[in-house]
Amino acid sequence: MACSATAKILQPLSIRSAEKSQSCSKMLSPSSFLGSTPLPKKLFSVNKTISPLARRSATIVAVSSDVVKEKKLKSTQNLLITKEEGLVLYEDMYLGRAFEDMCAQMYYRGKMFGFVHLYNGQEAVSTGFIKLLKKEDCVVSTYRDHVHALSKGVPARQVMSELFGKTTGCCRGQGGSMHMFSKEHNVLGGFAFIGEGIPVATGAAFTSKYKREVFKEDCDEVTLAFFGDGTCNNGQFFECLNMATLWKLPIVFVVENNLWAIGMSHLRSTSDPQIWKKGPAFGMPGVHVDGMDVLKVREVAKEAVSRARRGEGPTLVECETYRFRGHSLADPDELRDPAEKAHYATRDPITALKKYVIENKLASEAELKAIEKKIDEEVEEAVEFADKSPVPERSQLLENVFADPKGFGIGPDGKYRCEDPKFTQGTAQV
Amino acid sequence: MAAMLQSIGVASASVTFSNHTNKLTSSSVHSLPVIRSEARTISGAINGSRKTGKVITKAVAAQAESPASAASKPGHELLLFEALREGLEEEMDRDPRVCVFGEDVGHYGGSYKVTKGLAEKYGDLRVLDTPIAENSFTGMAVGAAMTGLRPIVEGMNMGFLLLAFNQISDNCGMLHYTSGGQFTIPTVIRGPGGVGRQLGAEHSQRLESYFQSIPGIQMVACSTPYNAKGLMKAAIRSENPVVLFEHVLLYNLKERIPDEEYVLSLEEAEMVRPGEHVTILTYSRMRYHVMQAAKTLVNKGYDPEVIDIRSLKPFDLYTIGNSIKKTHRVLIVEECMRTGGIGASLTAAINENFHDYLDAQIVCLSSQDVPTPYAGTLEEWTVVQPPQIVAAVEQLCK
Repeated sequence: MACSATAKILQPLSIRSAEKSQSCSKMLSPSSFLGSTPLPKKLFSVNKTISPLARRSATIVAVSSDVVKEKKLKSTQNLLITKEEGLVLYEDMYLGRAFEDMCAQMYYRGKMFGFVHLYNGQEAVSTGFIKLLKKEDCVVSTYRDHVHALSKGVPARQVMSELFGKTTGCCRGQGGSMHMFSKEHNVLGGFAFIGEGIPVATGAAFTSKYKREVFKEDCDEVTLAFFGDGTCNNGQFFECLNMATLWKLPIVFVVENNLWAIGMSHLRSTSDPQIWKKGPAFGMPGVHVDGMDVLKVREVAKEAVSRARRGEGPTLVECETYRFRGHSLADPDELRDPAEKAHYATRDPITALKKYVIENKLASEAELKAIEKKIDEEVEEAVEFADKSPVPERSQLLENVFADPKGFGIGPDGKYRCEDPKFTQGTAQV
Repeated sequence: MAAMLQSIGVASASVTFSNHTNKLTSSSVHSLPVIRSEARTISGAINGSRKTGKVITKAVAAQAESPASAASKPGHELLLFEALREGLEEEMDRDPRVCVFGEDVGHYGGSYKVTKGLAEKYGDLRVLDTPIAENSFTGMAVGAAMTGLRPIVEGMNMGFLLLAFNQISDNCGMLHYTSGGQFTIPTVIRGPGGVGRQLGAEHSQRLESYFQSIPGIQMVACSTPYNAKGLMKAAIRSENPVVLFEHVLLYNLKERIPDEEYVLSLEEAEMVRPGEHVTILTYSRMRYHVMQAAKTLVNKGYDPEVIDIRSLKPFDLYTIGNSIKKTHRVLIVEECMRTGGIGASLTAAINENFHDYLDAQIVCLSSQDVPTPYAGTLEEWTVVQPPQIVAAVEQLCK
């Protein structure tokens, strides 16, 4: 099991060759939580290089810092989470899983269509990061955004309605699976093209800085941008890393590296597969963390988010994670090695957290079962709600194209088209 | 040539004043006081008693106004890029959420000096010098707009915004809709475009045709200092994403504009010269070629009605329609490419809506479908020139 987070802070002009390999190779049992000891802040300044030739394979090559190795030998009395936090994390991850499983069922029953990308297996990243945020903080995601929206607080019934294409959906049925937006919960989407959302997240972080420096408000809002390994070869990613560091924007770039971009293996498409190293190239810390372990993700997230809140600038966090299902519900998922899938199945973040909570006597099995039951009911109820909701009327077609509908222009009769009664019926000529 | 452009600019600018209050639409912005510094009524007389010839002399740069006469005239004189800056500055004063992103807009003052002095006044964050990453900083503008700011994106040359097409089309245009109306994107995307003086193919692009299909954006083109300032202010105040097309060769046009604040309507066209025989629809720099041709036409006895459509998307079918109902003949003169350009869309829209009023087929004069060559002679033949306009009108009015 990959352990710990390795991080570097390089001064932007330092010349550091990454040839020397000082890593330790360990195969640790899947369920041991090395992160059960608090990771010190110093972790972010540990300088360790690992060979650029190290490849992730079924045998996990782990990198650990000496600091964490020492801590491991001490007693594990200090737990990372309280009971309340543990239950919140468990509930959120279970919600994500139950919801996505229900999506698959509904899709195959013909209730939703198009491209639906499920998040099974990656819940630790969403829960680990988003549960640390305030309501005013912003989250930007890609097409695999259902669970990010749920973690941020968008009610399950609104997300399910959106997937069914009903007016009660969070985007009135106009967005769909890949475009989850919520102004109330500051979910800024939901983008179909990868990389497209990263500049939007950078802009939201810019607004936060603007509020602080131009409006002189006490603003410490942070933005999180989630995206995958495939996106890290895209120009917009690098352009935004540059601008975020340049202006010290309060943003955290979270890479959900699940090794596969549809059928393209990360190792086949990337010259240097270690994405966390791209952070220091632009002057920001790059951190690598085990994304199947919600507690480790949470520790790293705490530091990255508070760095941003303090105004120290952006962080790049690479979460090593895995999706249990195909890229989308239309993906037959034939290219991935069954052994790889089996290996990661044993590292299921929900089972791992459950084990941790029970072993450390934070909660009983019965309490967890009660949460599961509650969530199952919530998801069932969301489906019922979505089923019963109305489909959009024709009059909704032309609404929301423009914030100011005068943008449709002036018709031959001299009136603005939006004043035409046919407009509200959706049958106007525009 | 520059002087002539300048003169035509003022001539047409003076004419435009006479028609601002003739609109019947519900928007009342144009009922703000309009200063008629050179009010000339262009009568319908066909036979030669033209006064327009006299107007040109005023604009010749060499002629200095005596301080007394300058002080007595209302309004103030400035160049088009200064008018844009004035509009921008007024809006930035009025609303602290307005900010500018672009390459060299801050310390350098903008490649055409539209943002000169603003960084010193408002700070580096409000007038942000960006690295050369159009797609990303346009996306940043979208993100900033979604979270409450009102950014203006300057493309150093409009052609560079092709690199930002992803963000302009997918995010600027679509996010208000795909978010179910939750987020507004009140951005303005502006910059100099059009065919300049031997700038080469890539710096001489007309992006209006590429952007026009994007649902959710509005496009306007300015052509005089008066409408440049008015449209800039309207675009900034609009809740919709607006693309404001400026032209490289028009930045030094001089005109006297009102001292009072005014905002123009983004959806309306401008009547440049009323007439009876033929409707000529144009925008941006071609307005000046048309007005130059109009002089020749008038001497030959024709009476063209010239409309600067200004709003490229959506079209102001009311002004255009009224004109067609009067003249029954349409000539479109544009700098866009022939294929899929603004003229092509306008032809389709007119045919659909006003077919019964046409006495002749619509004639559309556009640039050749050619990457703008460097050589001066070739470049001249790429765009529409006044003699071609004259010939087309003569053909149309046979």
